[in-house]
Amino acid sequence: MHIDNNRFPRLPWIILGLGIIFLAIGSYIGLFVAPPEALMGQVQRIMYVHVPTAWNALLAMTFAFVCAVIFLFKPDWKWDARMEAAIEVGVVLAFLLCCQGAIWAKPTWGVWWDWDPRLTTTAVLLFAFLGILALRKFVDDPARRAIWSAVATIIAYVDVPIVYYSVRWWNSLHQLQSSPSTVSRQFWLPLRMNAFGILFLMTAFIMLRARVASMRLEQELVPPPALGETI
Amino acid sequence: MLTAALRKEMLLQWRSRAQFMAVFVFGAAALLLFSFAVGPVAELLRQFSGGFLWLGLLLSSTLTLAESFHAEMENHAMEGLLLLPANPRALYYGKAIANWLQLTLLGIALIPVMVVLYDAGTTRIPMLILVIALGAAGLSAPGTLYAAMTAQVRSKQTLLPLLLFPLIVPALLASVKATSLIILGDPMNQVRSWIVLLASFDAIYWSLCGLLFGKVVEE
Repeated sequence: MHIDNNRFPRLPWIILGLGIIFLAIGSYIGLFVAPPEALMGQVQRIMYVHVPTAWNALLAMTFAFVCAVIFLFKPDWKWDARMEAAIEVGVVLAFLLCCQGAIWAKPTWGVWWDWDPRLTTTAVLLFAFLGILALRKFVDDPARRAIWSAVATIIAYVDVPIVYYSVRWWNSLHQLQSSPSTVSRQFWLPLRMNAFGILFLMTAFIMLRARVASMRLEQELVPPPALGETI
Repeated sequence: MLTAALRKEMLLQWRSRAQFMAVFVFGAAALLLFSFAVGPVAELLRQFSGGFLWLGLLLSSTLTLAESFHAEMENHAMEGLLLLPANPRALYYGKAIANWLQLTLLGIALIPVMVVLYDAGTTRIPMLILVIALGAAGLSAPGTLYAAMTAQVRSKQTLLPLLLFPLIVPALLASVKATSLIILGDPMNQVRSWIVLLASFDAIYWSLCGLLFGKVVEE
């Protein structure tokens, strides 16, 4: 059985290279060229990775949700492999997001953690998707594993806006989202460069990870050899 | 069909009523232990009583939910049920309603424990029961669906809370907030908005989980 997640074998490596270049240039501008922010000073520079990480974490989870929906309607193994890849990359990004946020919050707010809607939603999302990864590890039958994790992904993803708004009613401190019109060009350029850099990295990682997942699935789905062949 | 499924569930629950008592004792013991986390400060205990009640209920719910597919897993009874000319959705709603009733009863049974231990009395009992019923519905809809999955795998006791706890954060938040407002007084009349949030959470998950259940149990 062949699972077609490897149509362009070189493509992920090219995207990976592009991502590293974008991230390097964006981080250089963000660290050395852009001026420090008036109120927060040098600490603010973490925003150049923090905000793109946030966008891309959400994007990876959204892609996982899309894969889950497609898989439930049209069971094709390649979507299961892609979903596994997207969840894993999304979990890594969400974890990095929490760490970066804590590093930024300590000097700015004076605490590592705060019960703000976006922070709390990220943490809830991280744990929800970690749970799905754990579920995948505990189910041995590939068909059940695929369907169950797709169902769990859909349920967890639907939860995101509800968590966000409920926590927002509950407590709020995080600064409001900035739009490009409120951000000066000097801050805008490294932010965009890094956003594309992380987007490319994420895409490449998902593609490579989906390839690994496909190969594992191919092995699992091979029918057991007839008795005579094993001897 | 739903009534038949529900009847089966109620019968099962009635016959395993010893388990309900055990879970209640577990919940009450949890409420007792929470007070040691705070210390013997009556004012603080009263202030946190809503949160403690819901955490106690949440911890007990994992026991009830994890056990709820126990009978179906023995002797491949689940496959037999699916062979019946019945919609799996009826099976799901029967199970979910039974779990909901059990959790609501458990919550109501834990109120006196909370009142005695934390001095958290209130006269708005019908309101409190409404919040408990809505919160229990928020726990039981996704809880039943996940129980159907985890009942069939290794280490189900670990996996169920791992999947369920992050998911029910909004329901927990709204229930705790509404319960606290009922107990501690509600000068701004905010209970209503939390109940609306809780009801919308319930509506979303009762319909979504019902839709997806067929996929989970199909062979």
